[in-house]
Amino acid sequence: MIATTLYLIIYSISLLMLVSLGLAIIFGMMKVINLAHGEFMMLGAYACVLCVNAGAPLWLAFAAAALAVGLFGIVVERLIIRFLYGRIVDTLLATWGLSLFLVGLVTTVFGPQAWSISARFGNVSFGGMNFSAYTFVLIAISIGMVVVTWLIARLTTVGLIVRGTMQDATVASGLGVNRNLVYMGTFGYGAALAGLAGAVLVPITGASPSLGLFFVAKAFINVIIGGHLPLIGTIAASSLFGTIDGFVSYVWSSVVGEVSVLIVAVILLRLLPLGITGRLRSGL
Amino acid sequence: MIPEFSATAARPPKAWWWGVIALIALAMVMLPYYVDIALQLDLSIIFVFALLALSMGFLWGYAGILSFGQTIFFGLGGYAYAVLALNTGMTGLPFLGALLIPVAFSALLGYFMIYGRISDIYLSVTTLVVTLIFEKSIRSTSGPEYVIGSVRLNGQNGIPGVPGLTLPWLDGAPLSIEGVFYLTAGAMLLVYVALRLLLTTRFGRVIVGIRENERRMELLGYDTRLYKLGAFVLAGGIAALSGVLYALWGNFVAPEMFNLNQAAQVVIWVIVGGRSTLIGPIFGTGIVQYTSNWLGTVGVGQVTLVLGIVLMVFVLVFPRGLLPTIGDAFGYVRRRVAGRGAAR
Repeated sequence: MIATTLYLIIYSISLLMLVSLGLAIIFGMMKVINLAHGEFMMLGAYACVLCVNAGAPLWLAFAAAALAVGLFGIVVERLIIRFLYGRIVDTLLATWGLSLFLVGLVTTVFGPQAWSISARFGNVSFGGMNFSAYTFVLIAISIGMVVVTWLIARLTTVGLIVRGTMQDATVASGLGVNRNLVYMGTFGYGAALAGLAGAVLVPITGASPSLGLFFVAKAFINVIIGGHLPLIGTIAASSLFGTIDGFVSYVWSSVVGEVSVLIVAVILLRLLPLGITGRLRSGL
Repeated sequence: MIPEFSATAARPPKAWWWGVIALIALAMVMLPYYVDIALQLDLSIIFVFALLALSMGFLWGYAGILSFGQTIFFGLGGYAYAVLALNTGMTGLPFLGALLIPVAFSALLGYFMIYGRISDIYLSVTTLVVTLIFEKSIRSTSGPEYVIGSVRLNGQNGIPGVPGLTLPWLDGAPLSIEGVFYLTAGAMLLVYVALRLLLTTRFGRVIVGIRENERRMELLGYDTRLYKLGAFVLAGGIAALSGVLYALWGNFVAPEMFNLNQAAQVVIWVIVGGRSTLIGPIFGTGIVQYTSNWLGTVGVGQVTLVLGIVLMVFVLVFPRGLLPTIGDAFGYVRRRVAGRGAAR
């Protein structure tokens, strides 16, 4: 029983990190809340299904989904977001419009039903319980995403430039950094992570126009409570909410889990209006 | 908020404004004698939605609080009325109760958000998340164990057979279609006039002042958080009224009242009409609802696809909305004409 609870908690934390890291990076870097985040995930899911149906192995489909959605994100940044920098509320509204548009478009093209793939994964049993082996793949990918993002930000020159722009865009551009390029790349990277998240969810949920809707609420809560530092914020908020969600879902149901996460989040907002990392000046 | 997009503090309405209101009221009274029932039903639902848009437009345009979750109070009002009316068999008291429950909830939610001093964008996203969670929770109540009193919540399917409003002087018969028309038209007109007058009072001026510069109002000695909470709760009440009227209009409540499309539509009504006026949201609701009904009948498959494009175009091209943009165009032409006259 302890094993099951622990497993559920770790799974919830990983799922939260998976679905919210892309959103957190775009928000932390650019102060843009991308309301089309869920739909970016949905596009990733469809890209994955199409690739697998075309005969590609699953890992290649994941990579293709991340790449495709990343490129799509760059297009969106060039066509919509770049006109709205500094107008936070307008980016929120425009990305909401984009989200409706994408749901409508995908429903028209692929129909409202869910598309699934026939990928088989065995079960693992321990502690007298059976667990789908795929959830361990999901946990691994989720942790991998965080670690890779951390490595890029910490160890590479690109990461250094991005972190500098994040701290002070004016100084960075005074030092010769092309701010537009950094924003474009960051938005693309965030979108790619969303696409990857959507693809990774395919073996569990399939791909459907409403895929984004299932996860956006959690992702938004996570990012808001996480605060302005994407990595630390995501890890901290995911751990907190994943624990609550996993535990409550085990005792009651997943909806009660989500409701209790929301209640804790609203109370936390009263105590920490800027999120968990709101007081931290620098970091990731 | 960028000052040029915002509405200014209102002066007391002039005599001609009262004349126009009286004329519109007269037209509403006469209308059911001249048009058929289908049009009355269509207009009633537009009035209901216009109330919802007014609640958001007031909060956004005048108080500077962008709440994406007016659908929380809309849905909560509708559900509260359905559950109370079906349980008690009465309709008058449940009507009041269904206004009080969402108002209390908006005070609670508003307290946590506004007294926490969270930034505007956090407030928007939080309200959005709350409405999403409401939808999800209601959807999960399809089992027979989810009952309030004697009413099953029915999850996805919603609650059918919500009783219509009965008035004591009508011998206990529920409101007819004309009755609902009068009720919705009257409610919308009254709320519009009340908000317009409210903006000329001290309270109205203070909330506009807070929107312009919260810190300055605070230094002038106003408890800005209390004023903002007041505006939030007032808007919640208006949205709840809209929700109750929706339940009365369709005799039906469903989780769709809370859903993201519904929330997005409210935003679209307000942004299309223009948030810097009170008439803008009403106008926007009319034009968007009419257009989407028309799109539905000509067979454009996905109306959300079109609505999404409309929202993006308005944010990028006409961020002030139709009415203020048209007003600007008129003002420009008038200045040009006047300028030419002066040059001569």
